[in-house]
Amino acid sequence: MNMLRSQNLRIVVILGLLSGAFILYTGAVGMIAAFHEREVVNDVFSLGQLLLMLAPFVAGFSAANRLGDAGAGPTILLVSGVVVGFLTALPTIILLLFNSDEYRGLLDLTLRVIPFVVATYFAWQMYRNGRDRQLVLGSWLAIAVLIGIVTFSFALIFEIKGDLRTVLVNINRDWVEVVTFDNRRELMTGIVTLAFASVVAGLIGGIFYLIPSVPRRALLYGLGLTLLVGAFGETVRLILQENLDRDTMREIFQRDTLRQRPALMLFIISTVVGFLWAKFGQDVQTSFSNMDSSQRRVVNGVGMLVFAGILLMLPWLIGRTLSDVAVTIGIFVLMGLGLNIAIGLAGLLDLGYVTNYAVGAYILAVLTSIGPLGRLDGVFTFWMVIPVALLAAMFAGFVFAVPVLRMRGDYLAIATLGFGEIIGKLAISDWLKPLIGGAQGVQAIPKPIFLGTELKNPEQLYYIVLVASLVTLFVSVRLNNSRTGRQWMAIREDEDVATAMGIDTARAKLLAFTLSAATGGVAGAIFAAKVGTVFPNSFTVFISINVLSLIIVGGIASNPGIVVGAVVLIGMPELLREFSDFRFLMYGALLVLMMINRPQGFIPSKLVTHEVRASVKAKLATAD
Amino acid sequence: MGLLEVNEIHTYYGNIHALKGVSFEVDSGEIIALIGSNGAGKTTTLRTISGLMEPREGRVVYDGEDISSARADTLVSKGISMVPEGRGVFAKLTVEENLDMGAYTRRDSGIKDDLKGAFELFPRLQERRRQVAGTLSGGEQQMLAIARALMSKPRLLLLDEPSMGLAPVLVDGVFDTIQRIANEGVTILLVEQNAHMALQIADRGYVLQSGEVAISDTAANLQQNETVQKTYLGID
Repeated sequence: MNMLRSQNLRIVVILGLLSGAFILYTGAVGMIAAFHEREVVNDVFSLGQLLLMLAPFVAGFSAANRLGDAGAGPTILLVSGVVVGFLTALPTIILLLFNSDEYRGLLDLTLRVIPFVVATYFAWQMYRNGRDRQLVLGSWLAIAVLIGIVTFSFALIFEIKGDLRTVLVNINRDWVEVVTFDNRRELMTGIVTLAFASVVAGLIGGIFYLIPSVPRRALLYGLGLTLLVGAFGETVRLILQENLDRDTMREIFQRDTLRQRPALMLFIISTVVGFLWAKFGQDVQTSFSNMDSSQRRVVNGVGMLVFAGILLMLPWLIGRTLSDVAVTIGIFVLMGLGLNIAIGLAGLLDLGYVTNYAVGAYILAVLTSIGPLGRLDGVFTFWMVIPVALLAAMFAGFVFAVPVLRMRGDYLAIATLGFGEIIGKLAISDWLKPLIGGAQGVQAIPKPIFLGTELKNPEQLYYIVLVASLVTLFVSVRLNNSRTGRQWMAIREDEDVATAMGIDTARAKLLAFTLSAATGGVAGAIFAAKVGTVFPNSFTVFISINVLSLIIVGGIASNPGIVVGAVVLIGMPELLREFSDFRFLMYGALLVLMMINRPQGFIPSKLVTHEVRASVKAKLATAD
Repeated sequence: MGLLEVNEIHTYYGNIHALKGVSFEVDSGEIIALIGSNGAGKTTTLRTISGLMEPREGRVVYDGEDISSARADTLVSKGISMVPEGRGVFAKLTVEENLDMGAYTRRDSGIKDDLKGAFELFPRLQERRRQVAGTLSGGEQQMLAIARALMSKPRLLLLDEPSMGLAPVLVDGVFDTIQRIANEGVTILLVEQNAHMALQIADRGYVLQSGEVAISDTAANLQQNETVQKTYLGID
């Protein structure tokens, strides 16, 4: 019993402090204050406050989850929620005190006391373990001095500068405003409010665990959807205003934020729908799998038709701004599908994919530009150059693949990374300046003309991306199921054994690199036509990394996964432009979380699921 | 004339002279054992024959054709199939997919029948046909590797240490199977540290010692040879 209790306490303390550290960190990098600018529900709470509450809620829930699974009763779970909530707020409260004028002395005191406390703790441990008294005393002194040097110098810095802000620039007025829930002037009230809110959120997390699973899932759907719509209020507004009249819009939105009544309605409706789905969803799925194949084909067909309809109508449904985002997403889907041939199918880690993108973009730019660098006077049209861009990218893929054919794994990745960098440097070089403009790039690239209409809007360009993606999708599915696909599969699994099977690995790898490059070229060409100008700084290593990440997040070798990955990693940042400072922070956090919790990606391919399961099974087998 | 003639081959790892003029012959239908201690050059010989390494001097002649510098993958369609050391199954593919991969070079319609044949030879594999190869036991993986090598319908089967890492009971089974495969007319070149087992099923054997053929004789005579008994069979 005692064991259980101390174990429980540890879980609660660790989770609480983790979420506390999360709050403190996001605050210190300025995320909370920046997120506060965006309101989720009008006059109720902002995205920053949502972040502030989400941490204790999640931590409270996971604490209850852990303890509940270990057999703790409801009272303990609720208490653990409260403790987690309080611990979440604690670091922030301490920082608030340090930062305030009245309690500045507290920081000084703490910094001066810390070394002695820590040293005494370690000395006490040593004493209990029966160490020599002189050694204990000596260690006490050594630890106190060592830590003291650090903390005393901090104390000195703060004393000289007179302010925390000089070190932590984002611990400023805005931050205080958010974390005290607008009680900056009444610091104590603010601190109590923060502690109270955090405790309540932790408690709700604990309660959430106690709710039976069906209503819990329903609530989760309802809350999730409402918060998502609120957080992306601007986007939702843009979509809705294409389809609703002005008065209705005003009922729902106050500028870009959701009004309270529609938010409540949305929450109720989505919770009810979520409840029905949680309760009967299983039955629907069973009855679907009980259908005979012809009926199932009908259902699938109808689904496909609806999906195709939405894809075709998309630009009209979402309007210009979002169509522009859709085109960007599409360009990355195209590259994702291409790179997936190398990475997903053949297992070749290519980190220089930007090469193909750049080649495609520059080929289109130079051949069609009507500016000073386009010496061909617009003889070539977009449509004539697309195949050229494709072939040129394939050629580039081929040329860069030849020297790295014998490399594997990490070495291959590093070599391809180098090629990507070379292309960037070539594009900006003086050597190629007469041809592709150096740092000034190529300008005045005309838009594609289709049957006499100039495709200048994103709504129109969308269709080019759509068609290109569908063709690529078709080709890559066919390839995957072919003899070539099997070659790649064997190489991905084990190159030596593949050779022993009679597979010409060099040829298969060349083919993979070459085909993979093709769509990169097309994507680059479309990008150039969309933007109208091509600059070397569009072609950085981040393009390669973006494409790789979207494949990993979506699910390696999974075509639907690539689309989801592109929407999440390319689309979301476009919609969250105002937070672009934190783009890579969120990106990294997402990747780490994905690798820990869902290494197979959002929508894993069947083969990969099979592989992940196999490796788990193999581990279990060796554990026997 | 033999199916495979290895003629004075010299193979190097960088500057290390690993094979110093190895010569031997494999006739059609024979089981030949290459025995020797660690580092004697057994695996190097096999890698040179199968095209994974190229000899600096000397020739490897298979069925009247010089294959000294042929690439490894081209040899499979010529009828040479290799079971790599340490089994090397595709751990993440199923048993059936592994076998399919073995028939990669073939385009005829007999693959299905041969799959059946493989399952007859190894009933354990049939039971586990949909299982992922990485989850098989060591002995089953060895069987799979052999069955997969047979899927390309080889005339010459190269086996690299088939008994490595297997429990003694399983070793018997593996050698039994090799004997049965030979009975169906496949020529076998076997590299083994387990000289005792290898010589029991082999027709003839070659003893390799620091990159050279030290002794060559029929398997029966080698088993009686005093040096072989002392050094490799552990008989005093």
